[in-house]
Amino acid sequence: MSEPARPYTLVAELTYRCPLRCVYCSNPLDYGRHDRELDTATWLRVLREAEDLGVVQLNLTGGEPLVRDDLEALIAEARRLDLYTNLITSGIPLRRERLARFRELGLDNVQISIQDTVPAASDRIAGLRSFDRKLEIAGWVKELGFPLTLNTVLHRENLERVGEVVALAERLGADRLELANAQYVGWALTNRAALLPTRGQLDRARAVAAEARRRLRGRMEVLFVTPDYYAELPKACMDGWGRRFIVITPDGLALPCHAAHTLPGFEFDSVSERPLGAIWLDSAGFSAFRGETWMPEPCRSCDRRAIDFGGCRCQAFLLTGNPAATDPVCRLSSHHGLIETAREAAAEGRPASLVYRSLRAPAISSSAE
Amino acid sequence: MDALSRPRLAAKARLRFDRKSSRYMLLYPERGLVLNPTAADVLQRCDGERTVGSIVEELARKYGHEPPAVEREVMSFLQTMADRGLVQAAT
Repeated sequence: MSEPARPYTLVAELTYRCPLRCVYCSNPLDYGRHDRELDTATWLRVLREAEDLGVVQLNLTGGEPLVRDDLEALIAEARRLDLYTNLITSGIPLRRERLARFRELGLDNVQISIQDTVPAASDRIAGLRSFDRKLEIAGWVKELGFPLTLNTVLHRENLERVGEVVALAERLGADRLELANAQYVGWALTNRAALLPTRGQLDRARAVAAEARRRLRGRMEVLFVTPDYYAELPKACMDGWGRRFIVITPDGLALPCHAAHTLPGFEFDSVSERPLGAIWLDSAGFSAFRGETWMPEPCRSCDRRAIDFGGCRCQAFLLTGNPAATDPVCRLSSHHGLIETAREAAAEGRPASLVYRSLRAPAISSSAE
Repeated sequence: MDALSRPRLAAKARLRFDRKSSRYMLLYPERGLVLNPTAADVLQRCDGERTVGSIVEELARKYGHEPPAVEREVMSFLQTMADRGLVQAAT
């Protein structure tokens, strides 16, 4: 095989610790097991190795990255390496002085999550009173001269309020608004019955987002991410396995996507044990679904195989038990019926309760089907 | 965007030289554009000081092209970048 393309983005999951307990958290259900976090020196080395490989974008995320007290050192090193650095945060444990310091050190962008526009609904999803605090912090972000990205995860309970989310983003002066429907992996799969919207809800929200995009062109970038469950064709998950992204987990695993280590039967290397370059270029984990030789039918002979790369490996595993299966989201998948059944259940709208992210994995196992 | 506008990069956008491709990149949240040399020449001059007119003049001289042709190209490129929220025009 030819040498893999360079990576462009490093997603640094600095910790799985987080004050919020969002019911659609995409971190692994067993995140409590990954309790040994990398030290500062290792992260600094990883940043240098990533830049050397071609990485130009750095996402500092988690969990809640602000609970690490070495963010200052990481931001400074990222700036020295000329990486475009984005802090992805709930905003909760932030002081204004610390944010001002980040600005001096060269942090480029701040992304804050807002769960809903109705405080009580937002707090219900996050499992913590946090809404007012988030608005205050979004205000600081703009006052200090940062560009602001607002991210709202959409689902059954808040899709009807997309217009209000747009209005809130305008009021806060957001430069980019991500209206990202929950994807049904991680905790969102556990809570799928409560979170999966109906097609009608989704279509209305998409129309609102499209109108906002036209109206705000040049001022605010408005992104609307469809849930895979309502796409007829799979998405190019992570732009393809091991093609553009490297995710580092809090305990140091280098992954092609942030849930890759939940796939059984694959070995992923730790940056504590091998240089990042060696892991990217030559490791079993990163090679597993690169290229096309791993693909089953109908992917292997499909015209779209170099567009969607067979879709999401984690979704394939969670729904079919086989990580190398065609993503069941694809209408050509023999397991597509699983998606249709979930949509029908959403249309019926049976009430379901929410399971909060917690250190103890929920009783429902991760293979929901 | 007109000849008297003084374009500058949006707060969220940053230029970076990329060793791997020997090109400039314009980086912004979650994305990046690899720029051809002409686009990089334009964006490097979007400092909020120069007018579009003076950028056109500089580039016409640098490339030895007629200013009207350069102006059409620069204007259309800057408008595209403004629509994407990556360049702002202060007049």
